[in-house]
Amino acid sequence: MYSFEPSEEQKMLIDAVSRYASNDLRKAAHEAEENKELSSKLISKGWELGILQASIPEAYGGFGERSALTGALAVEELACGDLAGAMAVGAPALFALPVLLAGSEEQKKQYLPPIIEADWKPYSAALIEPAFDFDPNDLKTTAMAEGDNYILTGEKTLVPFADKAEAMVAYARLNNETKAFIVPKGMTGLKIGEAREKFMGLNAIPFFRVTLEGVKIPQANLLPGDFAPVLDGSRVAVAAMAIGVAKAAFGYSRDYAKDRDVFGVKVAQKQAIAFMLAEMATEIEAIRLLVWEAAWAIDNKKEDASQKAYLAITGAIDMTMMVTDRAVQILGGHGYIREHPVELWMRNGRGFATFTGLAMV
Amino acid sequence: MIDFEIPEKIAGTRLVVETVAVNMMRPVSRYFDEHEHEIPWDYINFMHTATRAMGGSSMVPSEKKEGPRFGFQRLAVMVEMLSWGDAGIYLCTPGGMLGSAAVSATGSPEQKERFLKRFRGETPVFDAMCMTEPQCGSDTSAIRTTAVLDQEKKEWLLNGEKIFVTAGHKAMLDSEGFVVVWATIDKSAGRAGMRPFVVEAKTAGCQVLKMEHKLGIRASDTVSIVLQDCRVPFENILGSPEVVKDQATTGFKGAMATFDATRPIVAAQAIGLARATLELLKEMLAERGIIIRYGLPRQKLSSVEKEVIEMEILLRSAWWLVLKAVWMMDNGKPNSLESSMSKVRAGDVVNRITQKAVEIMGPLGYSCEYLLEKWFRDAKISDIYEGTGQINRLVVARQILGYRSSELR
Ligand SMILES: Cc1cc2nc3c(=O)[nH]c(=O)nc-3n(C[C@H](O)[C@H](O)[C@H](O)COP(=O)(O)OP(=O)(O)OC[C@H]3O[C@@H](n4cnc5c(N)ncnc54)[C@H](O)[C@@H]3O)c2cc1C
Repeated sequence: MYSFEPSEEQKMLIDAVSRYASNDLRKAAHEAEENKELSSKLISKGWELGILQASIPEAYGGFGERSALTGALAVEELACGDLAGAMAVGAPALFALPVLLAGSEEQKKQYLPPIIEADWKPYSAALIEPAFDFDPNDLKTTAMAEGDNYILTGEKTLVPFADKAEAMVAYARLNNETKAFIVPKGMTGLKIGEAREKFMGLNAIPFFRVTLEGVKIPQANLLPGDFAPVLDGSRVAVAAMAIGVAKAAFGYSRDYAKDRDVFGVKVAQKQAIAFMLAEMATEIEAIRLLVWEAAWAIDNKKEDASQKAYLAITGAIDMTMMVTDRAVQILGGHGYIREHPVELWMRNGRGFATFTGLAMV
Repeated sequence: MIDFEIPEKIAGTRLVVETVAVNMMRPVSRYFDEHEHEIPWDYINFMHTATRAMGGSSMVPSEKKEGPRFGFQRLAVMVEMLSWGDAGIYLCTPGGMLGSAAVSATGSPEQKERFLKRFRGETPVFDAMCMTEPQCGSDTSAIRTTAVLDQEKKEWLLNGEKIFVTAGHKAMLDSEGFVVVWATIDKSAGRAGMRPFVVEAKTAGCQVLKMEHKLGIRASDTVSIVLQDCRVPFENILGSPEVVKDQATTGFKGAMATFDATRPIVAAQAIGLARATLELLKEMLAERGIIIRYGLPRQKLSSVEKEVIEMEILLRSAWWLVLKAVWMMDNGKPNSLESSMSKVRAGDVVNRITQKAVEIMGPLGYSCEYLLEKWFRDAKISDIYEGTGQINRLVVARQILGYRSSELR
């Protein structure tokens, strides 16, 4: 039966997360971006909301059930506060959820409780590769079986917290399939770039180039399950974050337009601007429903969940670019100045074509 | 709890309607496109008999009952499918369209019974809505058709000219139907003076004049209606007669309430047409060995694949906007914003998809051998009637900005 209303429980979560997002993340966002640093206190506070903890069953230290839809609702709110903050808070999920989705019973028992029951600690995932035609289903990084081990070889980019991460999940091609491997910190051959990578946005998160130079890991570190559910979960998470960023940009530019005088009226009273805002709102709502549908399809184990997740992220990429670009346009020259957040959202907005792998629900 | 599963009851209806679309509409699509002003009676009679057999009477959802309500959701799903069959023929569906929607949204229980019961009869009956006039369409507050009360005879005297009336011919000349005429009872009051009146077939002083020749949806008649000292009973004013004295904007609000209900339905129509087009396009491409590879990064896709995937995104997301708008309607939630959003998006999407499909198929798309060119022509109306794309953008903008119409025109 169709319904477009979150459950009471989900509403409470949305409420709590959005309070943190606007009171904490949003307020810290500018400084975090400029100083290239997020305070650990801020991240811990977000971790304590328990978004990931609620997606992990009790048997593995959590107190809930994974729901891509609930996750999507939560990360949209987080990202509306600040994208870098949202990704930082969710970094442990980059490790925990692939283990939950593709790991064996032993692996779940071994890896999940220490993450879930502890304070926030950096964990990471190495999926993205520095190639223009990077394709998560056709990785250039390879895994070769050798005795009781796998040898991982390849180059990864945009690996968050790689320098400090307790462990990461690295993705590599094994027999023409993408597989996830647990790589603890300090493995021989695991080369973390000396300096942080520089990107157009997300400067508050330390990203590193990671080179896997024949990293030898035991067989037991292969997550045996399929990659598809992991990719779907990431696509939906990233798409939901795109909606959060777009929502932030829309709200800010709408309020600005209602306040700014031009030619004797408010700039929002000009159709050229009002129509842009109307289209932004429509587009956000349309793609949000698409993302919800994909998340719902995942939760309900629908056959075409992967295709839906793909459509959702693809739609979200264009939507968020359109919305964030217009937000800057609506503020005019002021939008171009870093004192207003819209230019940051525009930089972040463009990144969604690249971000799959940087969030998980 | 968010749920994207089609309710079982509606899924059943959808299957039935699909059979109709496949068997009674598609085969005659081209014929009625080429024979403008011929009436698709086979389809009409079938629909009438079928709805009667199923115990229904009207396309317009019935009043509240206990439990969850699905009326508008079901209607949207049906209309989407019928329009997938043929957008023009769908507009010939008997049993209540825009006129009935106005009666439903603004009439008293007695009026609803009196005007809508005719749809339950032996023969198919049609209705229509007359808002647009030669000098004004979008600016409905500028209508000049007048309604003057003849106190003695307790009758309204209607004078004016209405144009672009969908199904006006069928409502007034081909059946014992009615039209809902929006007229002003007080010109100086602007919007506040607007009222809807029911004018029944064969009423003296009401004449159907011109039949338009159109770009598309040619199976649907579009007529002018001239009212010359047209007398209708006092009780044919929709809503309780007392509102006549009250100077609030009740009348205009009635028009808006009608739109809240009808816009998502018109949007559903656009979606059906868009889906038909995308399906045919994919089929034609597949016959030529082009299968869309979902899941690949854009950099690896061909431009045709990129186009098709984008169309799919537009279509699905637009459809969910429609369903959300009707779901809100069924659940008694105010939906002006969502209703107009769905109309904006669906109007854009159906035009984008049909235009691109013709482009992608090249000379085959342009050829009358296939329906793509017809659907391209049929599509454009979705961005025009029930509020143009611009008017619906205005409605959305006012809602999100908290502006009255005087603040954003
Ligand atoms: C096939 C067909 C069937 C129809 N069926 C019906 C029917 O059953 N009943 C009925 O009453 N009407 C019907 N219509 C009329 C239809 O609703 C109107 O044509 C429509 O509302 C636009 O009005 P208009 O044609 O007068 O254009 P105008 O109002 O003159 O608009 C011209 C252009 O200006 C734009 N515009 C107008 N106002 C604004 C504004 N404030 N801001 C920005 N842009 C603006 C419009 O979007 C449009 O692009 C039908 C029309 C057609 C073609």
